[in-house]
Amino acid sequence: MMTASGTFGYGLEFADLMPIDGIGGIIVKGTTLHPRQGNDYPRMAETASGMLNCVGLQNKGVDYFCEHIYPQIKDIDTNMIVNVSGSSPEDYAECAARIDALENIPAIELNISCPNVKDGGMAFGVTCAGAASVVKAVRQRYHKTLIVKLSPNVTDITEIARAVEAEGADSVSLINTLMGMAIDIEKRKTLLSINTGGLSGPCVKPVALRMVWQVAKAVNIPVIGLGGISTAEDAIEFLMAGATAIEIGTANFLDPAVSIKVRDGINAWLDAHGCQSVDEIIGVIK
Amino acid sequence: MKKYILDLKVKQVERIHQRYVLIKLTHENTLPEMMPGQFVEVRVDGSPSTFLRRPISINFVDRENNELWLLVATVGDGTKQLAKLKFGDVLNCVLPLGNGFTPAKQGEKVLLVGGGVGVAPLLYMGAEMKRQGIEPTFLLGARTANDLLMLPIFNKYGRAYVTTEDGSMGEKGFVTNHSILNQEHFDRISTCGPTPMMKAVARYARQNNVDCEASLENLMACGLGACLCCVEKTTEGNLCVCKDGPVFNIKKLLWQD
Repeated sequence: MMTASGTFGYGLEFADLMPIDGIGGIIVKGTTLHPRQGNDYPRMAETASGMLNCVGLQNKGVDYFCEHIYPQIKDIDTNMIVNVSGSSPEDYAECAARIDALENIPAIELNISCPNVKDGGMAFGVTCAGAASVVKAVRQRYHKTLIVKLSPNVTDITEIARAVEAEGADSVSLINTLMGMAIDIEKRKTLLSINTGGLSGPCVKPVALRMVWQVAKAVNIPVIGLGGISTAEDAIEFLMAGATAIEIGTANFLDPAVSIKVRDGINAWLDAHGCQSVDEIIGVIK
Repeated sequence: MKKYILDLKVKQVERIHQRYVLIKLTHENTLPEMMPGQFVEVRVDGSPSTFLRRPISINFVDRENNELWLLVATVGDGTKQLAKLKFGDVLNCVLPLGNGFTPAKQGEKVLLVGGGVGVAPLLYMGAEMKRQGIEPTFLLGARTANDLLMLPIFNKYGRAYVTTEDGSMGEKGFVTNHSILNQEHFDRISTCGPTPMMKAVARYARQNNVDCEASLENLMACGLGACLCCVEKTTEGNLCVCKDGPVFNIKKLLWQD
């Protein structure tokens, strides 16, 4: 049970509100080789059962992360995982290599699926060749656990999953946000500064669940499921579809302590149904 | 300041205007410490079209009665649902969030300038100043006399000057037209209200060399500085209104127009 990148800051922001070391991992905000300002405001629009965002990977760059943020988070007693993005395979690899040197970061999540930046991100994640090129470059420079976060904005997500598995990914996480849009009909303008954004929240859950189920059958590496999980029941659906771990994203905004409740809820459900281990329900949907 | 997730109990919902309600909340324990200018993220139940929490500024903290007051403009489905709350209902709140106004020091002359629902946080600010023995001066603007919110309570805590656009109360015009600005010098101005009003106040402050801070209300999601949706362009790059604000010194804002 982890919290998804971009929805939980560096964990510290939530420390007053819940025991942040009580969850399995915190995937911190997307980090790039060079600092990025992100997109202009407005970056967010509320939708039915969800939200659109076009933040655009605002971050101060990997060197700032290593020097200023890592010292603050390295002793949090859970898996602190860094989400890594870039605009070329070389950028991704260089950024990953610098994080490889940080002792208390056991894994990175490679973001080849951000829909909100022009120069990279999703551009790599929507073709097998693009996804493979990034994973190949990173795998040569990064020696710990490599998770690759997949885009749902593709015709066949299983092809991309297989392509990154072939290049040495240790795990895949899915889904990133679905590309969407919203319009203010009175102003005749889109609600986001760059017109389109990534859709997240409960509205994307059925799509995410279907893709997790497809990918879990297509690859031999562990699948991390995310997309609209807000309750223990949602999480159990993803486990039954074949995910061996889950991430909670947008729901953190509605209830900052939701991840602890989902963790406890999964355990209570397993107890109530006489399951000795979560393994008994993982992938039961064939 | 430590943050909490609390189920607060609704003590009273008062319709003080066609478009505004005053919600008084309490809790079985003593309410946590909160600074003037900070805000609360409230969860809106019973409104299917309201997905995210709504950020509402802290209007007043009544320590004697252990009450938190929220002044809510009923603009959309979410805030209209809040207006329907009844005595005994529960409102789930994350609080206190953001950075408040700079506390006034002894001997300082501080002017609190508000417009519309933006007057809300200035009441708590003025009350805290009064409690420390520093007399606040309020300058409150509205369209008409009827739109001036909570004026009798402002009068309780300090001198309150008023402008209305139609001249139905106080001086006619905008807050920045009020004669008090030519008659007295202030050490600092804290302002909250519509952006054009705050920009005009900021312009006055720059021209007259008065320290000035403004409270922004960009659209936000998390309220904790995690999602980076509510950013404002500043001299330090994009900053989160929820975490780095909502109160900013105008020197940091790119409001030179």
